[in-house]
Amino acid sequence: MRVVAALSGGVDSAVAAARAVDAGHDVTGIHLALARSPQSHRTGARGCCTLEDARDARRVADILGIPFYVWDLSERFAEDVIDDFIEEYAAGRTPNPCLRCNEKIKFTAVLDRSLALGFDAVATGHYARIVDGAAGRELHRAVDPAKDQSYVLGVLDREQLAGAMFPLGDSLKTEVRAEAARRGLLVADKPDSHDICFVPEGDTGAWLRDRIGAAPGDIVDAESGETLGHHDGAFAFTVGQRRGLGIGTPTPEGARRYVVGVDTGTSTVMVGPPVLLEVDTVVGDRPRWCGRALDVPLEGQVQLRAHGDPVAAVVEVVDGGSQVVAHLRERARGVAPGQAMVVYDGTRVVGSVTITRSTRA
Amino acid sequence: MLDAVYLDHAATSPMRAEAVAAMTAELTAVGNPSSLHTSGRRARRVVEESRESIASVLGVSAGDVVFTSGGTEADNLAVKGLYRARRAADPRRTRILASAVEHHAVLDPVEHLGATEGADVHWLEVDEVGRLRVDLLEKQLASDPESIALVTVMWANNEVGTTQPMAEIAALCAEHGVPLHSDAVQALGQLDVDASTVDSLAVSGHKVGGPHGVGALVLRRGLALEPLLHGGGQERDVRSGTLDAPAIAGFAAAVLASDADRVERTAYVRALRDDLVARVTSEIDGVTRNGDPVDNLPGIAHLSFDGCAGDALLLLLDAAGIECSRGSACSAGVPRPSHVLLAMGMDPVVAMSSLRFSLGHTSQPSDVDRLLDALPGVVARARRAGPVR
Repeated sequence: MRVVAALSGGVDSAVAAARAVDAGHDVTGIHLALARSPQSHRTGARGCCTLEDARDARRVADILGIPFYVWDLSERFAEDVIDDFIEEYAAGRTPNPCLRCNEKIKFTAVLDRSLALGFDAVATGHYARIVDGAAGRELHRAVDPAKDQSYVLGVLDREQLAGAMFPLGDSLKTEVRAEAARRGLLVADKPDSHDICFVPEGDTGAWLRDRIGAAPGDIVDAESGETLGHHDGAFAFTVGQRRGLGIGTPTPEGARRYVVGVDTGTSTVMVGPPVLLEVDTVVGDRPRWCGRALDVPLEGQVQLRAHGDPVAAVVEVVDGGSQVVAHLRERARGVAPGQAMVVYDGTRVVGSVTITRSTRA
Repeated sequence: MLDAVYLDHAATSPMRAEAVAAMTAELTAVGNPSSLHTSGRRARRVVEESRESIASVLGVSAGDVVFTSGGTEADNLAVKGLYRARRAADPRRTRILASAVEHHAVLDPVEHLGATEGADVHWLEVDEVGRLRVDLLEKQLASDPESIALVTVMWANNEVGTTQPMAEIAALCAEHGVPLHSDAVQALGQLDVDASTVDSLAVSGHKVGGPHGVGALVLRRGLALEPLLHGGGQERDVRSGTLDAPAIAGFAAAVLASDADRVERTAYVRALRDDLVARVTSEIDGVTRNGDPVDNLPGIAHLSFDGCAGDALLLLLDAAGIECSRGSACSAGVPRPSHVLLAMGMDPVVAMSSLRFSLGHTSQPSDVDRLLDALPGVVARARRAGPVR
């Protein structure tokens, strides 16, 4: 096959590309330029947006002996990922830009362009497995539970999955690092990327304040209605957050207080004891199915945040397919609107929705 | 698999046999041209004979030739050195007149002087084929010529190949007593370059079949210039650094060889290039040729392909074994619309749909045939993929 290997400049994508070459594919390396100005996003050997990463990616391609190009997707990234991220936060939700990037950039913009240019698939260094099932291609959790990235790929539909290749899904991260070193890939010791690649220094609150503007409001006790303090913008708070409230977090009785609700309309942040965070029903919209849409209730699991544990649930589709409800078998805590709820049947990804609300019986 | 079809001579041209021979002969010899002993004198002789060869081809005296590390250093030395020296001699001289289609080796130093050293930069407009608006230059020169530090106009453009009316421009500058620098990196070996018509001229080794990492600034004696590199003062106290005798010998051999066969070779290359343009524009719809159709470099064909992204064309051609270029380099490999094409009034999307094919001394009719075998399919596929949005 003719394969585009997305090379971020990191160790995972390097080994994924190397394995695609070994498998006999005709591989072309592509580095995605996602920052409008290469210096404006995170600097240093993290993420995917620096000149240093572009150089590392090029070096990997040189070592593998494959062609290498940089594709400028900065405009689309700004529109589809960054603007969406800001809008979601401004509306009081907590988006996951990695899912958005996978859906809109890597497996739409890049995949479409690759297919149009005569390639058959896009290979990335994601930890997830593609399995050929009876009904078509299936997405499964990776073998390495610590690195599993099926959650951030839960937005892919079967058509996108048909053009995806994840050569690392059967490996442990330690094996991948060792393989990179053995292959002489110089990025073997590069640290993993963390945080959000387009937010420098990882200070999301300050970054958002620069773009949304300050919107001062009150921090209110969700139970008593008492005003406990003030803030510069409700958007900087996330349901489940405990630190950085500036209200002397424990109550006079010594109980911890968490953000239990964010209303950007009234610029109010509600705080309360952890019991208020507990939910047993989660509702989401904008479903993306990996294959056929769910038509009968599924006794499966849901994952409510990246690196979260799966929660047993009965999942059903309501409102003619536009909404998905998960009835959790046990209560979950800190479910933030805007995050993705990915539905699993064992290791298999069934689909995903964007969380709109969660309730407790 | 067949060897790649190399259509990127304007980026770098294969070394000529004469240059390889001259350079390799020197590589095994010891001697710093600045040393006074026998080995040093031998190396010095090689450097000076090379200097004389290059000077004779360019129509200047040997003493006018200052060796540099390449075209970029020569351009930087001329632009920054002339500006600083001329301004130091008379603080009113802050204006720089520069063509809007200069190579980055000139463009960026000019911008740097504007940003950090108070230069009042005026970009001289070009017409839709990239030819300097001499009338506008004349107007600029006529208004307060005492305030002008220098004028810089490239001899021939590296992207679209348009050549400038240098005799006319030089006469105007001389009339107003303003020094004129010209980047002749692309022109050397392709056109009859008479460096004595300008005050300062930059040339490079690897574009004429010489080695990389060597070039020269031809600088009229008596013209004061502040050095960029301070040190041993090897080159007229204008440029310091141990002279690279092997590279200089290779450079001179390439200049001599490309002068000896210039008329015959460029006629051949021009015919090949014209054939390429004629066949591509007749066999593929929606192809536009850019640059001056008459006054141009013989080897450059700069073409825009409607509805295509240049980087998609490049990727597909590379996969088909054909090597060409988008015509403008850029940091991190992220393509941007070329300032040259924008200065010519081209729409940015059209600018991004353009490729430069550049032929040279090793080009063959079969190269054009193989390009034409691949290009229609490549363009059709790139059109399906669409322009980058």
